[in-house]
Amino acid sequence: MRKILVGVKRVVDYNVRVRVKPDGSGVITDGVKMSVNPFDEIALEEALRIRERGEASEVIAVSIGPDDAQQQLRTALAMGADRAILVKTDRLVEPLAAAQALLAIVRKENADLVILGKQAIDDDAAQTAPMLAALWDRPQATFCSKLEIKGGSATIVREVDAGLETIEIDLPAVISADLRLNEPRYVKLPDIMKAKKKPLDVIELAALGVSAEPGLKPVLTEPPKPRSKGIMVKDVAELVDALKKKGLV
Amino acid sequence: MSKILVIAEHDGKKLNQATARCVTCARLIPGAEITVAVFGADPAAVAAQAAQLAGVARVVTVAAACNAHPLAAVLAPQIVTLAADYTHLLGASTTFGKDLMPRVAALLGVPQISDAMAVEGAYKFKRPTYAGNAIVTLEAPPDRKVVATVRTASFEAAGGGGAAAVSAVAIEFTAPAHTRFVSISAASSDRPDLASAAKVVSGGRALGSKENFEIIFKLAERMGAAVGASRAAVDAGYAPNELQVGQTGKIIAPELYVAVGISGAIQHLTGIKDAKTIVAINKDAEAPIFEVADFGLVGDLFQIVPELDKSLTK
Repeated sequence: MRKILVGVKRVVDYNVRVRVKPDGSGVITDGVKMSVNPFDEIALEEALRIRERGEASEVIAVSIGPDDAQQQLRTALAMGADRAILVKTDRLVEPLAAAQALLAIVRKENADLVILGKQAIDDDAAQTAPMLAALWDRPQATFCSKLEIKGGSATIVREVDAGLETIEIDLPAVISADLRLNEPRYVKLPDIMKAKKKPLDVIELAALGVSAEPGLKPVLTEPPKPRSKGIMVKDVAELVDALKKKGLV
Repeated sequence: MSKILVIAEHDGKKLNQATARCVTCARLIPGAEITVAVFGADPAAVAAQAAQLAGVARVVTVAAACNAHPLAAVLAPQIVTLAADYTHLLGASTTFGKDLMPRVAALLGVPQISDAMAVEGAYKFKRPTYAGNAIVTLEAPPDRKVVATVRTASFEAAGGGGAAAVSAVAIEFTAPAHTRFVSISAASSDRPDLASAAKVVSGGRALGSKENFEIIFKLAERMGAAVGASRAAVDAGYAPNELQVGQTGKIIAPELYVAVGISGAIQHLTGIKDAKTIVAINKDAEAPIFEVADFGLVGDLFQIVPELDKSLTK
């Protein structure tokens, strides 16, 4: 039976208004609420549904990050993942290194399907899924909004700029989850208790033969330039006048 | 010298404007010599359009039946074959480029710069993170190839008037059979394309239903504008997914953006903050959209939109 691997990234919660450090060395994460990357929750939900349909036997949640990422893996276990693996590193991991680490786990676990979020809401890079597929030399289906497995292949609907694209891929493969793939389930208290007993293995990133040395050097992190404050108009006539003056209508 | 390969995006007939914006980004790279690569089953027509873009030195075409549809697993190995002659490989940060370029980068074993929004040097670029709340300047190693996607909203489209030489390249290549294109259902429409339109009218959750959302389409038609939508409106089924504007949808930079019934979540604002003029119409005077709006109007959208529509007919 199929094994599905799901990526779970620990990120600053999407409701947090992120602030840049005054010295330009990054963003403030101390004392900030951390969560599972929302797209990864969607990826995990899809994996659970595939297992619940009897099309997979096991769902493994994998995170790459510091010890604290165990919290997000516990959330994944509470949602229903069977077990979890933390690839531990205290350094920031670029997508290419993340893909290399995931590939090592994929090989070790003999996974048939990897589902990742289409992007993480911290670096917004949207690279790991295609990079993993490239290194693995397997198909990729990014921005997936519908997934149907039939035998050894899957039919995928992708959210592309022009509309919806349907492709067919052979498994094993890498899929990246878009927003409308599903609506992730809520975690119930008994599940949180049960999750504490599920296996969570910790492996050092270096033990996988992957270097966390960044390929790109961040030299400065700065806040965006603010837009200048606009004006409030009192009615439609004033609005239309203002737009006409600017030659916009 | 920076030898730059820009991967053209097209639908088989027409070159996407995103490519022209990529070319502008490429021109800002010191010492740029720009080649555009067009992959397709019959790339001649698209290549002719790419050859006209100002700043393009050469266009190369790779004609093959397997290139009829843009599948990353099929295109990436071919791009890697071409890559030997170049220092930089650029694609637009559209769903096409975001799907393709990381696959190219990984095959080359180099990191990718996603959503380059400013060129600071041949190997130095700015990009947005955290939904645009933190702008990071990144330095890529000069002894390796730079692979980047370009945030199209940050660059104007390159003009015409060019006359680059077009040449065909043959690549020895067996396309993988594991990935197969089935179909694409593009909402066929005569309306301007959201990603490149000069004017955009967007509707949010406050529209309340798919039927009500029609007033957005009507106003957009009146103004010659493209239609956009907030994530909430798309999630609720008022508008199709390809109209979503924001961090996880389209990032746009129109001359005029009219946000109707959109509160302005940070994830939405990141998609519009390069718009030249933003108009916000919302009944909640405290809505965050007013913080970025050039012109704000507080009131009931169901009264304001028809009134606006009417006053624009005069």
